[in-house]
Amino acid sequence: MSLDKATVRRIATLARIEVPDADLGTVAEQLSGIMGWIEQLKEVNTDNVAPMSGGTDLKLPWRKDEVTDGDKVDQVLANAPDGHDGFFTVPKVVE
Amino acid sequence: MTELTSFTIAQARDRLLRKEFSALELTEAHLASMERNKDFNAFITTTPELARERAKASDERIAAGKAGALEGIPLGIKDLFCTEGVMTTAASHILDAFTPRYESTVSQKLRDAGSVMLGKMNLDEFAMGSSNITSYYGPVKNPWKAKGGSNADLVPGGSSGGSSAAVSGHLVMGATGTDTGGSIRQPAAFTGIVGVKPTYGRCSRWGVVAFASSLDQAGPMTRTVRDAAIMLKVMCGHDAKDSTSSQMAVPDFEAVLGQGVKGLRIGIPKEYRPDGLNAEVDALWNKGIGWLQDAGATIVDISLPHTKYALPTYYIVAPAEASSNLARYDGVRFGLRQDGKSLDDMYAKTRAAGFGAEVKRRILIGTYVLSAGYYDAYYLKAQKVRALIAKDFTDAFKKCDAILTPTAPTAAFAIGEKMDDPVAMYLNDVFTVPASLAGIPGASVPAGLTAEGLPLGLQVLTKSWDEETMFRVCQTLEESAQFPTLGAL
Repeated sequence: MSLDKATVRRIATLARIEVPDADLGTVAEQLSGIMGWIEQLKEVNTDNVAPMSGGTDLKLPWRKDEVTDGDKVDQVLANAPDGHDGFFTVPKVVE
Repeated sequence: MTELTSFTIAQARDRLLRKEFSALELTEAHLASMERNKDFNAFITTTPELARERAKASDERIAAGKAGALEGIPLGIKDLFCTEGVMTTAASHILDAFTPRYESTVSQKLRDAGSVMLGKMNLDEFAMGSSNITSYYGPVKNPWKAKGGSNADLVPGGSSGGSSAAVSGHLVMGATGTDTGGSIRQPAAFTGIVGVKPTYGRCSRWGVVAFASSLDQAGPMTRTVRDAAIMLKVMCGHDAKDSTSSQMAVPDFEAVLGQGVKGLRIGIPKEYRPDGLNAEVDALWNKGIGWLQDAGATIVDISLPHTKYALPTYYIVAPAEASSNLARYDGVRFGLRQDGKSLDDMYAKTRAAGFGAEVKRRILIGTYVLSAGYYDAYYLKAQKVRALIAKDFTDAFKKCDAILTPTAPTAAFAIGEKMDDPVAMYLNDVFTVPASLAGIPGASVPAGLTAEGLPLGLQVLTKSWDEETMFRVCQTLEESAQFPTLGAL
């Protein structure tokens, strides 16, 4: 499986990681190397095999849907790079 | 006071209770060792004042007859565990100055048991690596050096490389690690210490920076098997804040030590002996088999037919989960922010600046295998192969009680080696990843030295929730190996 530059650009956009055009070729080559090595999974017959989706076969527990925590605005915002007046801030998103 | 750093946790525990020395003296001796051995770069953050404060509190509890299970024991906490009021970085630039307002469940349990945190241990960025090379805070040096030949600094393994180096070099008495594909066991093998990854679900993941949630497990790294049993018991237990945390009772792991392996069936998987297996690793494995046989165990040949597919399966599952988990680092709520023209531009610039090359590679792989049109071909396929790998173990454990394998395919390598080809680095975890995918417990015990004098480990695997058998086998190996642990440095 070989990934071209356009594919790398597309997944980098999906992943919200800026990859400079000059690096696209190198990244494509590295990712192609990894994906090529992964291709060997195709040899395995997985007909009628149920996927294993977690690390355990324990049943997930249920609990009441109720508020158990909160009123910690200061603590929640304490590590924000740019928190103001009880809010996180982001660049302007509406014109 | 150097000699105080030579004790094991079990020895120090008993001597503290007999008041042969104080918790503060024990902590001071380790702080001095930490200071002397700064060039290992084992710590990202040191907390000497906090440690002294906690050691004094330990002395008061000891005096009052209220000592906890790890009262006064100096520990290192991998910098992946959130610690209240102490910077937590995951060794990533993107978590710059992040200071949690809460404590992870595991580090809280260790605090409640009276242990004294000396600082936060270096690691591969977001625990992604096998050499500690990917840390934003620089590589960690292995306290061991090869005899003769070059004087090159060696890697301590990874991702829990700061933890392994500090335990091996007597900077701390024990440390927490986390293991997603081998990140406790492989560094333990590289530095000649004991590392235990318990069954998935034994230790709460709450407050541990997530890498791949269906694989991540915390565990202890110590210089002896007994110390690992003592520490693991404190770390385990149900936590309502982690939905995959087990409600099963936590056994007293220390109580099974001394029971030996008489009557146990030890499985030897033929797939772990590929053509070209390092001759010294192969020879040590055979020695280990002999030791267990001499101690009364029966050796059984077993097969784990899907072993060769474990690594490629892991490199779909783990990056997929990582790409989702690491989406939270967006420059809005914590850590680094790089300004951008728009919201998306700010995200993309922040993440480009904040993540290192290996983390970016894994996020991109994960994004790719989860993207429209590829999900079934890669991610779903990997989940199915994972089920077959788990079934291999279930079938094997019908024939044996524990499995013995090498921990890693080689001894520690030099800092800077294996950097050009990501897949070559991934192969370090070839023997540890299958157990991670299956969720079963695994431990590495230091078992011998290469001709160059570097540590090699043997790995013991058991079925889920049977750490007790694992500890019995580990202790027999430890007794037989008489491994020449490094002295206090």
